[in-house]
Amino acid sequence: MEQIKEKIPAIKMEHIVKKFGNFAANDDINLEVKAGEIHALLGENGAGKSTLMNILSGLLQPTSGEIFLRGKKVKIKNPAAASKLGIGMVHQHFMLIDAFTVTENIMLGAEKTKGASLDIETAKKEIQALVDKYKLKVNPDALITDISVGQQQRVEILKTLYRKADILIFDEPTAVLTTQEIQELIATMKNLAAEGKAIILITHKLEEIRQAADRVTVIRSGKSLETFNAKNVSAITLAEKMVGRKVSFTTEKKAAKTGKDILKINDLVVKDAENVTKVDHLSLDIRAGEIIGIAGIDGNGQTELVQTVTGLTHSQSGEIILDGKNITNKTPRKIIKAGTSHIPEDRLRHGLEINMPLADNMVIENFYEKPYARMGILQGKAIADHAKKLIKQFDVKMTSIDEPAGSLSGGNQQKAVVARELSRDSKLIVAAQPTRGLDVGAIEYIHKQLIKQRDLGKAVMLISFELDEILDLADRIAVISSGKIIGVVNTKDTTKEELGLMMTGVGLKSARKELEASKNKNKAGVK
Amino acid sequence: MQSRNNKTIIAICSVVFGLIAGAIIMLFFGYNPFSGYGSLISTAFGTPQNIGEIFSQMTPLILTGLSFLIAQQAGFFNIGMSGQLFGAWVGSVWFALTFPHLPDFLIIIGATTFGVVIGAISGFIPGYLRARFGASEVIITIMMNYVILYLGNDAITAVFPNSIKQTVDSSNQVGNHGGIGLKWLSDLTNQSSISAGIFIALITTLLIWFVMKKTTLGFSIDAVGKNADAAKYAGINEKATQIWAMTLSGALSGLGGVTEGLGHYGNVFVQNSTPETGFNGMAVALLGSGSFIGVILAAALFSALTVGGAGMPNISGVPTELVAIVIALIIFFVGTGYLIDLMIEKIKSADQASSNKGKGPGAGKQQQKKISKKEQKELEA
Repeated sequence: MEQIKEKIPAIKMEHIVKKFGNFAANDDINLEVKAGEIHALLGENGAGKSTLMNILSGLLQPTSGEIFLRGKKVKIKNPAAASKLGIGMVHQHFMLIDAFTVTENIMLGAEKTKGASLDIETAKKEIQALVDKYKLKVNPDALITDISVGQQQRVEILKTLYRKADILIFDEPTAVLTTQEIQELIATMKNLAAEGKAIILITHKLEEIRQAADRVTVIRSGKSLETFNAKNVSAITLAEKMVGRKVSFTTEKKAAKTGKDILKINDLVVKDAENVTKVDHLSLDIRAGEIIGIAGIDGNGQTELVQTVTGLTHSQSGEIILDGKNITNKTPRKIIKAGTSHIPEDRLRHGLEINMPLADNMVIENFYEKPYARMGILQGKAIADHAKKLIKQFDVKMTSIDEPAGSLSGGNQQKAVVARELSRDSKLIVAAQPTRGLDVGAIEYIHKQLIKQRDLGKAVMLISFELDEILDLADRIAVISSGKIIGVVNTKDTTKEELGLMMTGVGLKSARKELEASKNKNKAGVK
Repeated sequence: MQSRNNKTIIAICSVVFGLIAGAIIMLFFGYNPFSGYGSLISTAFGTPQNIGEIFSQMTPLILTGLSFLIAQQAGFFNIGMSGQLFGAWVGSVWFALTFPHLPDFLIIIGATTFGVVIGAISGFIPGYLRARFGASEVIITIMMNYVILYLGNDAITAVFPNSIKQTVDSSNQVGNHGGIGLKWLSDLTNQSSISAGIFIALITTLLIWFVMKKTTLGFSIDAVGKNADAAKYAGINEKATQIWAMTLSGALSGLGGVTEGLGHYGNVFVQNSTPETGFNGMAVALLGSGSFIGVILAAALFSALTVGGAGMPNISGVPTELVAIVIALIIFFVGTGYLIDLMIEKIKSADQASSNKGKGPGAGKQQQKKISKKEQKELEA
């Protein structure tokens, strides 16, 4: 390892700034990666990791800043140029053609030809050689449809190696893998690094960093904070750095007056279309008059949990009881009628019919009921009156209720969704990322509305990737990781560090133990 | 997104461009476009009989246009209107000829219902297959066109008893027992093939407009067609709605077939290929650009062109086929509506630019821009 340090860094990114309008996704980021090391990039969602990597792989151009490859200043104009420079990216969402074989997918875009026809045989030999060299078990003749997700990822890795990449970027590579596959992937990355390749690992899982990385750079709000030696840094320090100590506006609230259980989820299992388990024997109770926050890193089963509770997806086993009524795998309409409101994660996909008038959107769940319809005939005036009332009450700014909902600004669209969902007087409110992408004013407003619902005795299930938001609003916090509830804690008894550790899959007891140990260490250090 | 306004302009421009292109083609082949179009107009509107013919031909076009429109609003591309129409045509004529002793109004109601049900079932099948199994409605409706064509032809030649047949491959005329011809209308139009079908088509348009704009079913269809995910989220059964929409679409094409059988032709006969009226309905809906009045106007235009085109060879020597070319070109221009849209936007922004020019500072800026552009060119060179 000593030799490596003396070498010129494989990549050096200096003072990278990337602005989208007024928003700086990257705001002066410095990153140095040496050949032969696995360098982790750690940061929350939206911290700017992907933007930085898109700059490195030629998809985006930096607003300012310089990139040096092996000591030479370069401009990476497009992905093809990046590929030529030896930069390869293993995407989180695989870019593979299902109906093609492994070989065909790998050669796509870098085809070997013999005269006018493809030279598949030579390509296959080369790929087989790479497979053997790096122990990336995959059959070059297999169709992509027929191989596992882990093998598909290996094809992505082979794709970059086939193009002779010596700088490999892994974008959250473990999100889709099983534990076994993760171990194999880490071994592969170590192999590649030992070869002298520079590996960048984008992740927010602390455990992986400890296992795989040599060094780790923490990014928060578009700024690179510090680079640590991965072996010597505690998970707590990293979690602290990643989340930041920023003081947030707290929403005033009274102590919760909880009642009976409104929502009971028992041993729920949900699998996705690829038969990957997304929600894994999950159990959770939510009482009337409380907000329960579901904390966790994106992609740990939150979306599937919400969609199953609201009837958009089906569960494989387990049951969901809403106020004594079994609503497991019922239709969305039945679940809505049973007393559920749902502020969806994606307001453009689920929350609104952006091409329909705002007025219609405000009754989209109950347009067929009195007073909005009589004998199957829509009552235009009742619908308009309802929309006008909600718009006034929830302060939605728009030109006319007859304008399509898509013409509203993002914040007002979300306010409209919130207005519709909270005005229906449901027993359970499922709020998934209710403030994502909104400005401070709108966030504050929506927070207050959720607290108000709690005080009215509703059960609120709040899903958010923002720990601050959860700590601010929730009475109890359930931490979700890999589709399981790792632990449920009272908000007043927990800390960000504890939650951060639990979010990476560490159980409550071991998280507390580790925190205790580090506290003692610090005290000892002071003495 | 295109605004309603732009869509209307696109439709009008398409018709104008189509006619101009048709004129250029006439010039190219040595015909005089003025006498060509002149003969078209004088034929179409010259005699009461031809005016009656226009109404008669636009009747099924309105209904198949509506049929396509409804399917489209639910997110379907129904190409099966031709088959749906023919199935209903055969069915309605069979019913009317098989029960001639029923009271006339019962024959009409029975035959219409029978035909519409055949159309509805032909729409239901692709709707169900797509909602249930994700099967492409385009492929299924195309295939069903052939299935229904040959089933219908076989029914006429092999299943219809000789007692209701005029020749081997055509049925008797429905005549007064079940026919929907109106004496005062045919008298008025010098015995044209006009029938009460035109009123059925117009009333149906009004009814469908009401269903789509004012009822919960129309609301659901609209919501599902615009964003099926959001509709599902809101508790609308998106699959059932899709099936309903396709069934309704098939029923409308079926009604178009009924007016052909009981009105326009008054009988049914073996077809060499699936009836064109079904496909022309698609063109009508496209030119009508999603509006109900648009469908009626487009149907009127196409049938006037067709009726008028028949007179062109005799008067001006221009072949009838030119009309088919013009109609195709109109649809071509509607299809490339994006270009017209772009033109409208350009004209709009040019207008704004020129109004800015008068305001002083803007003018200076524009000049600067021009200079910098020149400089750029020089630099590039």
